[in-house]
Amino acid sequence: MRWRLIRACARSISGRVMAEPLLALRDVRAGYGDSVVLEGISLDLAEHGSLAVLGRNGVGKSTLLLTIMGYTRLARGAIAWRGEDISRLAPHRRARRGLGWVAQEREIFPSLTVEENLTVAARRGRWSLRAVYDLFPRLAERRRNRGNQLSGGEQQMLATARALMTNPALLLLDEPLEGLAPIIVEELTAAIGRMIADEGTAVILIEQHAELALSLTQDAVVMERGAIVHRAPSRELLEDTATLDRLIGLRIEGENVTPPA
Amino acid sequence: MSIVGAVTEPHAYLRSQTRWRPVELAFWLATLLPYVLFPDYLVLASAIAITALFALSLDLILGYAGIVSLGHAAFFGLGAYTAGLAAKHGWGEPISGLALGGLVAGIVGYGASLIVARFRHLALIMITLGMGLLLEQAANSASWLTGGADGLQGVKMWPIFDVFRFDLYGKTAYGYSLGVLFIVFLVARRLINSPFGLSLRGIRENALRMPALGAPSRAHIRKIYTIAAVIAGFAGALLAQTTETVSLEAFGFQRSADVLVILILGGTGRLYGGLVGAIIFMVARDQFSGNTPQFWYFWIGILLVAVVMFLPNGVLGGLARLGALLRGRAP
Repeated sequence: MRWRLIRACARSISGRVMAEPLLALRDVRAGYGDSVVLEGISLDLAEHGSLAVLGRNGVGKSTLLLTIMGYTRLARGAIAWRGEDISRLAPHRRARRGLGWVAQEREIFPSLTVEENLTVAARRGRWSLRAVYDLFPRLAERRRNRGNQLSGGEQQMLATARALMTNPALLLLDEPLEGLAPIIVEELTAAIGRMIADEGTAVILIEQHAELALSLTQDAVVMERGAIVHRAPSRELLEDTATLDRLIGLRIEGENVTPPA
Repeated sequence: MSIVGAVTEPHAYLRSQTRWRPVELAFWLATLLPYVLFPDYLVLASAIAITALFALSLDLILGYAGIVSLGHAAFFGLGAYTAGLAAKHGWGEPISGLALGGLVAGIVGYGASLIVARFRHLALIMITLGMGLLLEQAANSASWLTGGADGLQGVKMWPIFDVFRFDLYGKTAYGYSLGVLFIVFLVARRLINSPFGLSLRGIRENALRMPALGAPSRAHIRKIYTIAAVIAGFAGALLAQTTETVSLEAFGFQRSADVLVILILGGTGRLYGGLVGAIIFMVARDQFSGNTPQFWYFWIGILLVAVVMFLPNGVLGGLARLGALLRGRAP
């Protein structure tokens, strides 16, 4: 009801139908059971957009992604997907509408082969086995190996590739580079960059490497204690060392030194 | 790029898994051997085929979807009593009796799946155990219908297709049981090599994760649990029809436990595990219990501990590993 009102308002203000955002959160309060983690979160993401979510550990970044996927309890507010209210939709229905999520824990299927891990998620679209193998040649080499025979970096690639196999319009990436060797970080960063730039997949990226995240995305938000405290275009925020230092407490100069998770 | 050149699309990949291997053909041809080699053991062979069908049903939920059940005999018993009662009360036509047994088990299975799909692990074991005990007691107290502890007497079967009479030597019984087992096996094989079957394995590995890939875990679990209940019902119906009697033991905890042992012995999640396990278990029981019936479970206990310790994927898993080793050594 509230959502419809907001849309009606938006229409009357602009005088004509605005380009519908791909994903819109309005005043979202969410958490687990009775405990509230997110408070008053509002954000828009355009079709093909990309957003970096920065912030210290434990400020609710992962919970934000879980809420978008429908894994938390939404206490207030609304989530809209291409103008449709999906606030009460089950996770699998959100996935079918085009939301893809790569959890921080990766959670690949250990006893399924790489190819089966990918096939299990397959939906018709641009991303086929061939396309994800092109993006991650390393996975093609290991396609007959089981999930638990992969290195951490390969598991991360597999988790990302598996999410792509659902052919999402929006990919939620939760610290995809955490704990990976520098060479793998490079490989994955390049792949994510290609996804955003060439394929036009919208991305919400949580990343501790602020510089990396900002260089990959168009827009950025910084979270603190479950709320968004700063919004800026990524390029601008990248220059704004003072703000970054104040909000995240990471010296950009000392990049690649991630605090222990 | 030669690797990428060999990439198959998802459905082609799944289809490639459905190709029949020579060893499978050999296995099914060998199931006909008892007619030639052991004509005196056809009754046992029929019992093995029925147990194999029951184990196949458990494999679908345990091996593929990760649903542990200690009360699977509930559906076996339902199928047995349904088919038995139909025959006792004047409808002895086997095929329709079989279908009816599966139907009743399936309906109850669907109802149970609404509960089962909400739980995992220990809670699931307790719930399935409880359901099994519940039905056993229900059958026991409804003795006006089931004959209670005396069992269901007076089951009279008509010939299959009006031609094949059930004989004392189990000729018809074995052919009938084997035929049903084979047909159900074909369906199960097709099922687990479908996208649905692959999703089930994903659910087994991580039920929370599958919805994020677009597969509704609970709905899938309800489906496969219902299908497994139907198959268990078929197995029960087969036993009632081929032995022309039903006892409370059809519902018994022992049966639920035995089929679990059989499946783990043979190997879970490989379709043939239950079949091979049933052959080993039933033949061994037949041999051992002839001499020292009271020691039968002593040997089974040792066998079970040894298999779980040394062959965690069952006999078939061990054979597969052996095969891989031999191939690895060969040039």
